[in-house]
Amino acid sequence: MITKKEISDFLADRDPALLEKLAARAGRITAAQFGKVISLYAPIYLSNYCENNCVYCGFRSSCGLKRKKLTPKQIESEMKIVAGSGIRNILLLTGESRKMSPVSYLMDAVKIAGKYFSSISLEVYPLDTDEYLELYKAGVDGVTVYQETYDRNRYDELHLSGKKKDYDYRYKTPERVALSGIRMISMGILTGLSKLGDDLYDLFDHLNFMERNYPGVEYSVSFPRLIIEPGDETDYHKITDMDLVKCIILTRLNFPRVGINLSTREDASLRDHALHFGITRISAASNTSVGGYVEGVQEDPQFRVKDLRSLKEIEKVLRAKGFDPVYTDWRRIDNTPI
Amino acid sequence: MQNNPPLEIAGKKIKNRFFLGTGKFGSKSEMMKCISESEIDVVTVAMRRVDADAESENILEFIPDDVILMVNTSGARNAEEAIRIARLAREAAGVDWIKIEVINDSKYLLPDNRETAEAVRVLAAEGFVVLPYMTPDLYAAREMEEAGAAALMPLGSLIGSGEGLQAKKFIEILIKESSLPIVVDAGIGRPSQAAEAMEMGASAVLANTAVALADDPGNATMAFSLAVKAGRLAWLGNMAEPGNIASASSPLTGFLFEE
Ligand code: SF4
Repeated sequence: MITKKEISDFLADRDPALLEKLAARAGRITAAQFGKVISLYAPIYLSNYCENNCVYCGFRSSCGLKRKKLTPKQIESEMKIVAGSGIRNILLLTGESRKMSPVSYLMDAVKIAGKYFSSISLEVYPLDTDEYLELYKAGVDGVTVYQETYDRNRYDELHLSGKKKDYDYRYKTPERVALSGIRMISMGILTGLSKLGDDLYDLFDHLNFMERNYPGVEYSVSFPRLIIEPGDETDYHKITDMDLVKCIILTRLNFPRVGINLSTREDASLRDHALHFGITRISAASNTSVGGYVEGVQEDPQFRVKDLRSLKEIEKVLRAKGFDPVYTDWRRIDNTPI
Repeated sequence: MQNNPPLEIAGKKIKNRFFLGTGKFGSKSEMMKCISESEIDVVTVAMRRVDADAESENILEFIPDDVILMVNTSGARNAEEAIRIARLAREAAGVDWIKIEVINDSKYLLPDNRETAEAVRVLAAEGFVVLPYMTPDLYAAREMEEAGAAALMPLGSLIGSGEGLQAKKFIEILIKESSLPIVVDAGIGRPSQAAEAMEMGASAVLANTAVALADDPGNATMAFSLAVKAGRLAWLGNMAEPGNIASASSPLTGFLFEE
């Protein structure tokens, strides 16, 4: 595996020729492994109740945010709109509140989603293996869980209270997901929280471990960038576009088969460029507010959308760049054992 | 005069022995153009990409009716999942030709022969025309043949690698020992490698990456079709191996004939 020093050297490197060369290599690997296709997905935010206290987050339990949670009927209305646009891969998200969005609530949402989408992923609080198993049987294909930062001390500093304070429980989440049979796992770091090179190294190490021990899973990674909340005085690390590009390139060179996601939190220009050297999945036409598709508003602080283009516009850009937009990349099959 | 009878699988006559994979094309209309210009007879499509009631393009609409559509079970991690995907293909798309792909290793994408053989058995009994994608292994080949496979699809090298016939010797053994058609799949990056596979007696070759990533996929598809045909004719022509034609002398046993 690549060393910590090699990572930090590359992150610090200022040679445009080297960067261009490695970007080209990453692009070739991506094309050979995934083809000239880009998968599209959209998120639906079901609930923003959260019991954790992450210093950097506008959703944290101690802030006065107005909380919302969709009823099954509202969930269905959101899904109709998203499915109507053509999206078939859906990511269902909640804040981390077991109380307000219990597994039974997630099960209901997954069952409704089954009517509209061919692939269902969850980004919710970490669960136990048997809970993942229930969700898998109900039709969940993928789980996204980010460690945020792999630096234990920093992690402890930034996660003040709530279940998320337990570093190890979170770290072992991908394993519990894999054991349940769920086929896709998305991992990642919230870039900006800690020293990028160190976090990247630890993410690679985690990914390596997962690939070795659970080879049947399709892995992907994301590098969301921290958006600093007004009034948050914490000392964070600045993450430039160049840093992000290097994260993508390093991932591709070290993990040829791992998917790399880029969400609408990044602006259109960066997203369009990144398609050429490693990105395999992008979200599109996203609304990150609870109930946002029906209401047609974007309001939440943490998950601001920068790329506001419609699905049709993004599709057009992809085609112009020689990529086939893929809406259906999995056909849900019955996951219950015979 | 060339005498080059078509390949027959499950009663279907296949003239163009170059099979085309579809997953990596940058556009579906480009793929369609490749199929029609090179008169491709067999095309494989991943069931995971098929959406019959898509708002956007449905890949099946880009495949002409007279082409044999072979649905693959990409994404299956074990026999059970492959079987479920195959049944879904029959229900949703009315397809009976199944390329079984069982892969439980997302890093190398190597097929699991054991699970594959199990899926062959079940699906062949259900009347599917089953073509298993496999690592070239004689025991597995025998098992799949006995289980009812219609042809075998051993990999030339790692999928997407373009490294050609890394598994040449083992594929050669399958060609010699199996009575089924051998379709070399995966890792074929150049027409010359496809020709090489055909020269050693393969019945057909499948490729996707090499064509889809070419600057001009139409020309690339034609090049592969021609190379496959050339290799076939060479095989039929039973061209002697270079070096076998004559040996200048007999250094080992010549002494027996010395006066
Ligand atoms: S980052 Fe997630 S877990 Fe932490 S406060 Fe925000 S919503 Fe809750």
